[in-house]
Amino acid sequence: MLAVGLAAAGLVIASILTLQAFKENLMFYIEISEVAKGNAPKDRNFRVGGLVVEGSVTRVPGELEVEFTLTDLNEQLVVYYDGILPDLFREGQGIIAHGRLDDDGSRFIADQVLAKHDENYMPPEVAETLAKHAAAQEAALDAETGQQ
Amino acid sequence: MIPEIGHFALILALSLAVCQSVMPLIGAHRNDAALMSVAGPAAVGQLVFVAVSFACLAWSFLQSDFTVLYVANHSHRALPDVYKIAAVWGAHEGSLLLWILLLAVWTVAVARYSSELPRAMSARVIGVLGLLSFGFLLFTLLTSNPFERLIPAPANGADLNPLLQDIGLAIHPPILYTGYVGFSVAFAFAIAAMLTGHLDQAWARWTRPWTIWAWMFLTVGIALGSWWAYYELGWGGWWFWDPVENASFMPWLAGTALIHSLAVTEKRGLFKSWTLLLAISAFSLSLLGTFLVRSGILVSVHAFATDPARGLFILIFLGIVIGGALILYAWRAPGMDSAAGFRPLSRETFLLLNNVLLVIACTVILYGTLAPLLYDVFEWGKISIGPPWFEFAFALPMLPLTLLIGVGMHTAWRSQAFGALFAQLKIPGTIAIVAGIAVPTVFYGRFGLLVSVGAIAGFWIMTVSLLQPLRSWRRAPGTPGISRSALGMSVAHFGVGMFTLGITIVSAFTVEADLSVRPGETVEVAGYSFKLTDLNNVQGPNYQALEGEIEIRKDGKFVAELRPQKRTYLVQQSPMTEAAIDAGWNRDLFVALGDPLGNDAWSMRLQYKPLIRFIWLGALIMAFGGLIAASDRRYRLQATAREGTAALREEPA
Repeated sequence: MLAVGLAAAGLVIASILTLQAFKENLMFYIEISEVAKGNAPKDRNFRVGGLVVEGSVTRVPGELEVEFTLTDLNEQLVVYYDGILPDLFREGQGIIAHGRLDDDGSRFIADQVLAKHDENYMPPEVAETLAKHAAAQEAALDAETGQQ
Repeated sequence: MIPEIGHFALILALSLAVCQSVMPLIGAHRNDAALMSVAGPAAVGQLVFVAVSFACLAWSFLQSDFTVLYVANHSHRALPDVYKIAAVWGAHEGSLLLWILLLAVWTVAVARYSSELPRAMSARVIGVLGLLSFGFLLFTLLTSNPFERLIPAPANGADLNPLLQDIGLAIHPPILYTGYVGFSVAFAFAIAAMLTGHLDQAWARWTRPWTIWAWMFLTVGIALGSWWAYYELGWGGWWFWDPVENASFMPWLAGTALIHSLAVTEKRGLFKSWTLLLAISAFSLSLLGTFLVRSGILVSVHAFATDPARGLFILIFLGIVIGGALILYAWRAPGMDSAAGFRPLSRETFLLLNNVLLVIACTVILYGTLAPLLYDVFEWGKISIGPPWFEFAFALPMLPLTLLIGVGMHTAWRSQAFGALFAQLKIPGTIAIVAGIAVPTVFYGRFGLLVSVGAIAGFWIMTVSLLQPLRSWRRAPGTPGISRSALGMSVAHFGVGMFTLGITIVSAFTVEADLSVRPGETVEVAGYSFKLTDLNNVQGPNYQALEGEIEIRKDGKFVAELRPQKRTYLVQQSPMTEAAIDAGWNRDLFVALGDPLGNDAWSMRLQYKPLIRFIWLGALIMAFGGLIAASDRRYRLQATAREGTAALREEPA
């Protein structure tokens, strides 16, 4: 009976710890437009994704640290990363970055930058965001031409 | 012409699958020998036609026949021949064909080596396998035809993804799939038993070697995949808790539980319904893995929307197979369990705990893998779950398991006296505690609680696994030695110990450095000095590469020269990192070339990975233990039917 009780207690504690760890390791994808509106979590990691803006990749020559700008075709976000960029990282390419905003909320400090194995690949979340903003821009353009 | 032959052969195979399933199943139900005898020949015929179809696709690849859409999308004239063959299973359509081919091979093997099974049983097993094959063939023909034409043909193909142009990956899917598909045999045995409504110890003895074989292939397949990811993805990790990896790991966990549960069913006639449920689960998870991974649904629910026909078919097929099996289970399993008892301190208890812990681990990983999908469906946000969670949630049930393995192995069936058990285990226990504390402290210069717990667990399993083989080696002349199946168990568990030790040491003592290095510059990592001596352009068959020359020294003594490459494949113009590794039994030195950083400097990743080889070596030893166990006499004795029961002596599982 004691053994069963101990096992049950162990199971309960293990479940609580597992759920706790799950919450801590959960990373939400936040659109860049939402980040720009200030709707990003301040105290935890999240994911952003978008296209790397052409010509935005800058680094001090000879150093690993790099900065680039991501866009969701609506807003932009400056990303800072200290590490080796993935093989398929290129300007104009869709990528995802994991990390958090720095203290004044102006830069995204990435601890991981992901570009998938396939060069035609667009992370699905990013593809959806881009499609939404592209459609919105088109609609806005249509409305403008319609008024004229 | 050749692709049409392949396509046509596939259709013939489909018709034979219908014969192979319907006739024997009806025959078994009516006890009609003529109908049941269709099973074997139909299975052989199906294998022939599927093999013809597979050969046609391979031929189209070798001939670079770009009028075939699948070939045009995944090959190129300049692709080396070996990768043209590997390209056959490089994407969705061809990998399905490989699945079907392997299923046909397993089915024929069952038909060939189970001739001593009761007739109705073997007819039902082959019939169920025929049903599965029918589903897969129909799926392939309706939604994923690899022979679809592309007219006019392009001048050249789009090439195979450069990541897949590697020998490790060329052989990894066939082995992994052999394991996946192999669980269909255990599944078919379970369904057959439930259709018969009767499950005895002989059933478990038939099912066990098949399950062990499937499990061995899966083990080797997963190990190869992990090794490939380690050196080919370029960044030195060996497991990423990626949905694709989880999809292969979950059936492995369920299959491992199944092997152990089958042991109890075979030896003691217990856990019958539980064994059936595990057989269903292991195969269902294989199916889930194959489909969900290949169809891309785990990456995003929207993959359903891009190809609704495939998605719908998959859902219906999974529903029929898994749902049907579970309904049959709910109907038939409750009456099967026997009421033989066992004491709390007995091998049965330990195997039960083994099963509970493995199933918990499997469920946790299933939850973590599907959670992003759930969140997306319920619109709670788009999430991803970090590997730290998987590591934690997996280690939690595994830690007690590693400690229990050592005790369970030396516990007798039915009832075990505590004193005798303790006397056996105190020496290995002491060795494990001393080594587990000393090795990290002395060799790696740091004591840590978690490291020591992991190292103790590893040494513990390794030392207790030696007890039985040692005892057998030093036995009195004339007394019987250890049985193959007990030896297999010891060897496999020794592998688990090495694996545990390897993971512990790698996780705790890996040194990684991402650095900026100029030619001629020397950097120090983990006591080794790495000097970038030169950078050269080299030309491969279908790529160009920049190759670094790195000289590694330790205390001034030359250790190795490594040549990592940064390749650009000409067709897809995609860059690829080819890491260079100096492998040793006790450590790997890993060098990967990153990007030019300006001022002549290059980013480089340098890593020191202690005992990483123990991870894959441990897995291979596990599989080798399975091979020894599967070759046990009692499984071969089945062939001489009635003597089979004589083998049921005091042999441990």
